[in-house]
Amino acid sequence: MSPAFAYYPGCSLEGTAVEYDRSGRACCAVLGIELTEIPDWSCCGSSPAHAVDTVLSGALAARNLGLARQGGFGGVVTPCPNCLVNLRTASRDLDDPDRRARINALLSTPCEGGLPAVSLLQALHEQAGPAALAAAVVRPLAGLKVAPYYGCILHRPPGLMAFDDPENPVAMDQLLEAAGAEVVAFPFKTECCGASYGVPRKDLVMELSGRLLEAAADLGADALAVACPLCQMNLDLRQDQIAASRRRAFGIPVFYFTQLLGLALGLGRADLGLDRLVVDPGPALRKLGTGG
Amino acid sequence: MTVLDLTHSCDMQFVAEVARESGQNLTLCYQCGNCTAGCPFTFAYDLPASSVMRALQWGQRETVLACSSIWICATCKTCTTRCPNNIDVARIMEVLRHISRREGYAPEKQIKQFQDSFLQSVMRHGRVFELGTMMSFIARSRRLADMDLGPKALTRGKLALRARDIHGRDEVEKIFRRYREGLEK
Amino acid sequence: MRLGVFVCHCGSNIAATVDCAAVAEAARAMPDVAFAADSIYTCSEPGQEAIVAAVAEHGLDGVVVASCSPRMHERTFRRTVARAGLNPYMFEMANIREHVSWVGRDKERNTAKATDLVRMAVEKLRRNRPLTPREFPATRRVLVIGGGVAGIQAALDCADGGLEVVLVERTASIGGKMAQLDKTFPTVDCSSCVLGPRMVDVAQHPDITLYAYSEVAAVSGWVGNFEVSIRRKATYVDWNKCTGCGECIKKCPAKDAPDPFNAGLAPARAINIPFPQAIPKKAVINAAHCKQLTTGKCGVCAKVCPSGAIDYAMTDTTVTEKVGAVIVATGYELFDPTVYGQYGGGRYPDVITSMQYERMLSASGPTGGHVVRPSDGREPQSVVFIQCVGSRDRHIGRPYCSGFCCMYTAKQAILTRDHVPGAQTYVFYMDIRSPGKGYDEFIRRAMEEYGVRYVRGRVSRIFPKGDRLVVRGADTLMAAQVQVEADLVVLAVGAEHAPGAQELAATLRVSIDEHGFFLEGHPKLKPVETNTAGVYLAGACQGPKDIPASVSQASAAAAKVLGLFARGTLASDPQVALVDPRRCVGCLKCLKTCPFGAIREEQGRDGAVRALVVETVCQGCGVCCVTCPQGAVQLQHFTDDQILAEVEALCRTPLPTCG
Repeated sequence: MSPAFAYYPGCSLEGTAVEYDRSGRACCAVLGIELTEIPDWSCCGSSPAHAVDTVLSGALAARNLGLARQGGFGGVVTPCPNCLVNLRTASRDLDDPDRRARINALLSTPCEGGLPAVSLLQALHEQAGPAALAAAVVRPLAGLKVAPYYGCILHRPPGLMAFDDPENPVAMDQLLEAAGAEVVAFPFKTECCGASYGVPRKDLVMELSGRLLEAAADLGADALAVACPLCQMNLDLRQDQIAASRRRAFGIPVFYFTQLLGLALGLGRADLGLDRLVVDPGPALRKLGTGG
Repeated sequence: MTVLDLTHSCDMQFVAEVARESGQNLTLCYQCGNCTAGCPFTFAYDLPASSVMRALQWGQRETVLACSSIWICATCKTCTTRCPNNIDVARIMEVLRHISRREGYAPEKQIKQFQDSFLQSVMRHGRVFELGTMMSFIARSRRLADMDLGPKALTRGKLALRARDIHGRDEVEKIFRRYREGLEK
Repeated sequence: MRLGVFVCHCGSNIAATVDCAAVAEAARAMPDVAFAADSIYTCSEPGQEAIVAAVAEHGLDGVVVASCSPRMHERTFRRTVARAGLNPYMFEMANIREHVSWVGRDKERNTAKATDLVRMAVEKLRRNRPLTPREFPATRRVLVIGGGVAGIQAALDCADGGLEVVLVERTASIGGKMAQLDKTFPTVDCSSCVLGPRMVDVAQHPDITLYAYSEVAAVSGWVGNFEVSIRRKATYVDWNKCTGCGECIKKCPAKDAPDPFNAGLAPARAINIPFPQAIPKKAVINAAHCKQLTTGKCGVCAKVCPSGAIDYAMTDTTVTEKVGAVIVATGYELFDPTVYGQYGGGRYPDVITSMQYERMLSASGPTGGHVVRPSDGREPQSVVFIQCVGSRDRHIGRPYCSGFCCMYTAKQAILTRDHVPGAQTYVFYMDIRSPGKGYDEFIRRAMEEYGVRYVRGRVSRIFPKGDRLVVRGADTLMAAQVQVEADLVVLAVGAEHAPGAQELAATLRVSIDEHGFFLEGHPKLKPVETNTAGVYLAGACQGPKDIPASVSQASAAAAKVLGLFARGTLASDPQVALVDPRRCVGCLKCLKTCPFGAIREEQGRDGAVRALVVETVCQGCGVCCVTCPQGAVQLQHFTDDQILAEVEALCRTPLPTCG
């Protein structure tokens, strides 16, 4: 049994990425990773906050670190890379007396230090690991060609994130392989999808996510596996927009990696939330003989 | 193209300000171009990252603060990860964006409007209310966008129709209030 | 005693922040000082002549020069006082440049400090005694470590100069990196045609003993009298019997041994001769890959060898050689590009290193001189070269320029056009460094005559697209992100220190720099010496160097060794420890602490045991002096008496008040 982690879902996981939340929690439960949601957590500020000011961003994230510290947790797990960056940056800043004072000046309850934060991917890879996962697999993903897409900031900058290889990450590859999937050598594992510019500058997402979908299609991938709500939204919800702008149909389902792992672990419908995906995962899943 | 007057146009105070705020030594940049080479947004920039760095070294305050690149940068940190001189380029871009915003530049209006809408939602509810953020953005930008996505998200239970405030929303609001008060001082 | 003090301005180096005339004035009031003056450049000819004249005119017994570091000019001024007829050790130097003018700005306090340093030097000089070096015989043999082009040149120059040479090479053949090269810049002449005859000269020279496949295990002794133990690694082939016929290699069933000579481009057999021109041309078994040695089931080479040379039972042996000097020529290693995950070296088969490409270009290489893609054997139509892979990059701890990559990349790009007419070549570079003779013209030729497309910018990453590779980089001159589709990518890997350099440096008691290269005695004035007498440097072991520079330094090192032995005997440094037999109680603690084994136990005529310093072995480190409980061991020229006089001179003067 691994130590209990404070769980910080982040706003998207209550909304557009609810299936990431459900499948992630369910995988952790099966693999013996105990998650306790931080009570009354608030938004970390995401990228708009650090685009405006580092101290503001730090304070928004620090409120949550403070709550987790009060709860006596030794670490935080978050599924969202954007939240992870904010939590990690704030945690580093809180360990510096000068920066801590500036952050605490904005907080009602001061936070007296940082707390280690890890991604859900890192927690699954380090606390459970490919071997334990493989042992728990009941329905191998045999025959499913998956392109693993990590997104740009899950491992960056390496000095702050200190996990996996920042240029050629393999943690998700290893977990998906342990689940029985055929993992393709996706060359754009860490290229940016266009981030949160879908609304204000759609053209940027059309170009960058378009490159990713084209590469996955060219490699003959049945599906993409992602670890970020924003990447998933850009690639899945906007896939029709991208297809129109690039005049190319894709039909590539974009799973959260936890959905695929959950599938292999034999989790049920409610936990997987496959019906929430916009691009129909049916054809890909029929390759598994599960019917989706 | 005009002659760049290196004797009189270098705002070295500006250079020092950016260096201090970012904690980066700007003289380390030897213009290898790796940041420009790896940046996913170079195609959309008016000034590639390495040119921003160069203009910064020469204290070209206006050029740097008015360029849209510093607003488009999504802080993906590819530049920071690959810089051979360990310069946190993404941090410099971010600091420039902060100064640019403080001083009223907004070459990418919609990006700024989206950020404002997002943060307003966080301030009001403690967490982001996605639909509210969209409505607020539409109101600010007077632009209807992504109307095709609404039904897709709604039918899949991905979009809450009503905001739910967290208990500590006051605390979050105070973070923003204290931040603004600090700025005014 | 009548002493003279000379205060040097060093141009404005000292005079700008020290009142030199005031220091000289203060010196006149010091005990025994009969003469003091200041001069603009004391080390210049008129400056030295003034010292000689003052010694004669004022009948001086000793001289203090207050100027720069003794490392810079102590020897200069010792010779000056010797010319003036004094013992060279009746001289003291006060360092008022590095210790005063370069580190402080306050002229008043600097002047006071400079005066203090002069007073200390005067007090010491008052207690100096004339010292005389002893002559001792030297072993007129030299050890050359490393058989690359630098080691070969040094060995041949020394041997041709009449010295016996012991050449130790770690691998199975001499030749080093140069033997792996196809052509050399900027003449594009055949590397092995230039080097081959020199290798044969080494093999045939009557005065060179070659130990290939051997390593220096230990070194003891001192300049003129080193004793070296050399470990001869087991080759499992009796080289006295092996004729280099190659029958064993043809029949060896273990075909997956690494082949460092071909830079991993192709595997080798477990029994192998690295290349056709190898010297010595003898087979060696790679024990880790030999089926007989790992499983006991094979023995094919022993069966087919016509001369019965195979010996599976062979073990390492050690030989001992006596030499008078050592030349280190251990070369460099190439950077491992897998450090850069974004380039995909090691993951993408068509991303190769420059050395692998060199072996591909070589007619005797694994592809027979055909340029082909390792993935599918096709001839590439588009080849991209990426420079500074492992150079000028603080991020990975290699801030230095490797110096030769710009040139070899231009050469490889030119050769590509010769091998694959019509192929397009691109070079991503940051700055082109081509200061050698004919070098920049060569780069221009690559661009102008061969149409090599130079792109000024670093590459961010490489990714596959179909069966090609997309190289994404920047053209900073265009301020643009650019990409090139390549069939083959060649990484111009930089130089790093040779493996084992640190251990060898410890064995030889010499220093290495922060990047693991051997440290020269002085960057300008002692570029081939080390700080250990009798140990010299040649080639890229001292820092990245191309062939002409390596050869030049090798000849320079050989000249130093020949100069060292030119007189037949060597003069010992008289600044060594001396035991006072009246005070020594024979506890021999000094014998145990001496790091050089310079202290012997001796029985006096009275039958009592005492310590005795062997002057020629003693390095003057002073460890014995502080070990001795009786104060019986004194370091000549640095006696307790002399050092305490300096301390007292400093403490006697009131310290200037701060601020």
